[in-house]
Amino acid sequence: MDPFSPSDDFEMPGLPVDVANTTGRDALGEPEQIPELSDVNCPDGLRESIEASMAKYPDHKSASIPALWAVQRLYGWCTPEGITQAAAVMKVTPAYLESVASFYDLFRLEPSGEAQVLVCTNISCWMRGGDELLDAFCEAAGADRGEAGHGGALSADGKVMVSGFECLGACDLAPMVSVNERYYGPLAPEDAETVISQLKDGGEVLPEKALAARPLPGGDQESDDERVTSTKGPNQ
Amino acid sequence: VSIVETRVLLRHATDPKLKTIDGYRSYGGYRTLEKAYDEMEPDTIVDTLEESGLRGRGGAGFSMGKKVSFLPHGNETKYLCCNADESEPGAFKDRELMQRNPHQLIEGIVIASYAAGISHAFIFIRGEYDRQADILDDAVAEAYEAGYLGRNILGSNHNLELTVHRGAGAYICGEETALLDALEGKRGNPRLKPPFPAVQGLYGGPTLINNVETLSNVSHIVANGADWFRSFGTEQSPGTKVVSISGRVKRPGNYEVELGVKLRDLIYGLAGGPLDGHEIKAFYPGGSSSPVLTPAELDLPYSFEAMAEAKSMLGSGSIIVADDSISIPHMALRTARFYRHESCGKCTPCREGTNWTVKMLERVVRG
Repeated sequence: MDPFSPSDDFEMPGLPVDVANTTGRDALGEPEQIPELSDVNCPDGLRESIEASMAKYPDHKSASIPALWAVQRLYGWCTPEGITQAAAVMKVTPAYLESVASFYDLFRLEPSGEAQVLVCTNISCWMRGGDELLDAFCEAAGADRGEAGHGGALSADGKVMVSGFECLGACDLAPMVSVNERYYGPLAPEDAETVISQLKDGGEVLPEKALAARPLPGGDQESDDERVTSTKGPNQ
Repeated sequence: VSIVETRVLLRHATDPKLKTIDGYRSYGGYRTLEKAYDEMEPDTIVDTLEESGLRGRGGAGFSMGKKVSFLPHGNETKYLCCNADESEPGAFKDRELMQRNPHQLIEGIVIASYAAGISHAFIFIRGEYDRQADILDDAVAEAYEAGYLGRNILGSNHNLELTVHRGAGAYICGEETALLDALEGKRGNPRLKPPFPAVQGLYGGPTLINNVETLSNVSHIVANGADWFRSFGTEQSPGTKVVSISGRVKRPGNYEVELGVKLRDLIYGLAGGPLDGHEIKAFYPGGSSSPVLTPAELDLPYSFEAMAEAKSMLGSGSIIVADDSISIPHMALRTARFYRHESCGKCTPCREGTNWTVKMLERVVRG
């Protein structure tokens, strides 16, 4: 008999996948329960937004990332209360959503100020002064440089979070930053102080350095290649 | 060196109205989709894609038409996932394509879905691309309004839902099976293969996964035919490619060229060469996971086969240039730290190996 094959009467233990995925907060404790919507005081706007996301997928659990985004946009970070509210709407345990949130760098599990500055320090930005730019932002904001390089640090007044970040997909702007989810670059260290004070005044950030204002590097010169100009497809 | 771009996907991309459905249609947009539903059989479209030799633009360079043909022919629910997670350091071409011409992508998704009998498509866009995701949301709403998405598209019996799904910051989700887990609402851990997504992918159903640029090519190929597409590029790498050039060059950015142009023309001709007073020391030809090449290899053609022959890869088409101001051990350490940070921790060689690579390089850098 093949010693590596299970015997005929072997049965796979029935792993209750959802429960296995959702316990874990306390290994020896009772499995965490799915909270009741009536117990969590979920704001209507949040509930509606999560329900709308759930309707977009064949399996409503796919809405866990959109739900966490909704929580973060409402509360500024993924608060335990917000996660519990989202869990009640989605009918999963809070631990499940927390396990998802902790996997992704953009979900913040701690208070993170009113504005967030992500400074890219990956390869192309690093080559163009990304580390120095992060230094400058930390200094301008009064944020701890050591912590900023490992998950983010708050400014001295708690209003702005500065965080070193991996490649944001804008190496053409190197060195660049993402300020409240909009891209700016290339920036010089001197720009850091301007950005921080603009953020604290609630003003617009460096409009002339926004990605949205950037042309294609090759300009608007169009090819006169006949294969392109005679196309029957889009972009005629 | 002088060279002009061959803009097919980026043609008219500087016109801001191209983002809107009216602007896109004013340049002939969605006519191919209408023609496909009117007079083309799904199998003919799959054949055309396969004959065109279009290779995946996300990194692996696998034939797009073959991927479509791997899907089962039955009536089961099939899915399409457009991989817009673009998170390989050095890559930023999909950002440009989505931001400037979102409908070109949507038209490609609808035609590919019609050809493969797919009823639900997703665009998995990295969470950092918030502005681009907003642009896609608007464009998808316009496409529903125009009847290019939804039930009984253009009076046919084909239904297609398209959902824009924002990720939340994880390099690994660009790996196709991790992307599927993230889309199912889980931590983005890769799955073991086989089964391959074409057999068992999203929600256990057959799933076609293609990159943004790959799908953006579909309507052009269907409109103009496989031979037209093959008139660009090389035998084994047909078509044009949007190349992201960054690092220590004068004019970093996205340039669209025929595959097979010389690396020198790309780096010197288009991107302006190294910064004044500097010389090129090395470059990554296909994103930070491709083995670096040196100036001795600048006269190689930029194609899948030539890069593979040089023991590197074209990957997603992202060239990162290092000049004489850059220390190679530091560059290697910076890259290694990235992979350590982004390891999802599921498989031992990566979880432990990236850590040890960093430790070793730190010792090298310390001297």
